Amino acid sequence: MNLLGALFQSSIGKKLLMAVTGLVLVGFVTGHLVGNLQIFLPPAKINTYGHMLESLGAGLWAIRLFLLACVAIHLWLAFKLTAENRAARPQGYGVEHTNRATLASRVMLRSGIVVLVFLVYHLGHFTLRVQHPEWSEHTFRLADNTMVRDVYRMTVQGFNSAGISCFYLLGVGLLAYHLNHGLVSMCQTLGLKNERWTTGLERASAAFCWLYFLGNAVIPLSVRGWLPVLSGLIQR
Amino acid sequence: MVSERSSKEFFAVTLRVWRQAGPSASGRFVDYPATNVSPDMSFLELLDVVNDGLTVKDEEPIAFAHDCREGICGTCSCTINGKPHGPGHGIATCQLYMRSFKDGDTIIVEPFRARAFPLVKDLVTDRSAFDRIQQAGGFISVRTGAAPDANSIPVPKDDADLAMDAATCIGCGACVAACKNASAMLFVAAKVSHLGLMPQGQPERDKRVLAMVQAMDEAGFGNCTNQYECSAVCPKLITHDFIARMNRDYVKALFKAKFKPVSSASGGAG
Ligand code: SF4
Ligand code: FES
Repeated sequence: MNLLGALFQSSIGKKLLMAVTGLVLVGFVTGHLVGNLQIFLPPAKINTYGHMLESLGAGLWAIRLFLLACVAIHLWLAFKLTAENRAARPQGYGVEHTNRATLASRVMLRSGIVVLVFLVYHLGHFTLRVQHPEWSEHTFRLADNTMVRDVYRMTVQGFNSAGISCFYLLGVGLLAYHLNHGLVSMCQTLGLKNERWTTGLERASAAFCWLYFLGNAVIPLSVRGWLPVLSGLIQR
Repeated sequence: MVSERSSKEFFAVTLRVWRQAGPSASGRFVDYPATNVSPDMSFLELLDVVNDGLTVKDEEPIAFAHDCREGICGTCSCTINGKPHGPGHGIATCQLYMRSFKDGDTIIVEPFRARAFPLVKDLVTDRSAFDRIQQAGGFISVRTGAAPDANSIPVPKDDADLAMDAATCIGCGACVAACKNASAMLFVAAKVSHLGLMPQGQPERDKRVLAMVQAMDEAGFGNCTNQYECSAVCPKLITHDFIARMNRDYVKALFKAKFKPVSSASGGAG
């Protein structure tokens, strides 16, 4: 079997693609979070950062298309693998019994779908700006007098809505939950795991997921004025 | 293992067994009350006793697969209360004793469920898909001549131990039955690793893993989602670390096959 055929058709190949695209997306969301945390700095910081990203031009589109391709492959495989797995047991058991499969591992498709819905909403909100076109009018004057998009204000305004904040918390919460199985599972699929590493990997993965969730959660919570010190850093 | 209860303490259970006359017949659960159950009886002996009763009443006995009844052949295959090979740890169905149950229990007995293991009758499934996987590469090709000295090829002790761990797989199929996706990865990983860890297994190592994984996929098993239900029920406690090893071996073999130098000697002008 040729290489591409084996990657896209064999069970191990498909899982490998699942793991690698997942890894790329984990890298992306981590970088994204670090960028977002600039919300706790003066507005000029995150607005300069946003402007820098938008002015990458062709590079930005290359990155976007690459990420989109990863999402598409990850998603397509999720549905394909799930369909194959269901077909592999047409008749189920009278007694459903689970020995040790974690809940997170058993709801990967469902947590993933919620994250997908959140992603679509989020892209519509900040990248395509269809939900609140009027927000794209917000501009910000940088120190050198260039006028750039005021991402800072868009974020603060977004989280002023309780609904958006709740949906956001649900989205990042389920993403963290999804990753808690995904990260360790990825190591197994790539063959980078054995009994000696398992406990360490599981702990590191859980710590990463908690950090990721909390790092994201503090943003809406601070904007809404619920966190002691951090809320004071937000300029309204 | 010595029972805490004396064999005099008989008790009663109800067996709720999946009955299905043939592959295309429709099946259902049927209850069989069993009294005078001794804690020292094996679970399969209880099925024998119930079957004797059915035979006397001129009813069709429950079909179930068994052979060695000592945990080495991999023939027995029941899912008991939802768990392949029943409530024990590291045992096959034939090594399960009635002392694992208590008076008044209802014990639900089902066949292994997987598309790749079509049902033959009652609790008997056709697991020849495993044979097809083995035939695809679960062997080494050697010239049979005079028997070579067993020690002429030294095997490092660590490798020998690990290969032996994998070789304890009895091909029962419980890993498939327990997997949420009916995946055969633990079985195939055990067979791939067993030979792949030995010096004698090296010449065909890449070919073996590629062919066996392909045969596994063709048989219609599901895809592994790394939940490790397989190794939790494996009567030989084979570790899912072998699955990680097979994943590695497979990718390596794939890339090596793709990028190996093209020989100018073998093909001739093409
Ligand atoms: S790996 Fe374990 S459960 Fe699977 S076939 Fe072999 S012995 Fe049975
Ligand atoms: S009958 Fe041989 S392993 Fe159970």
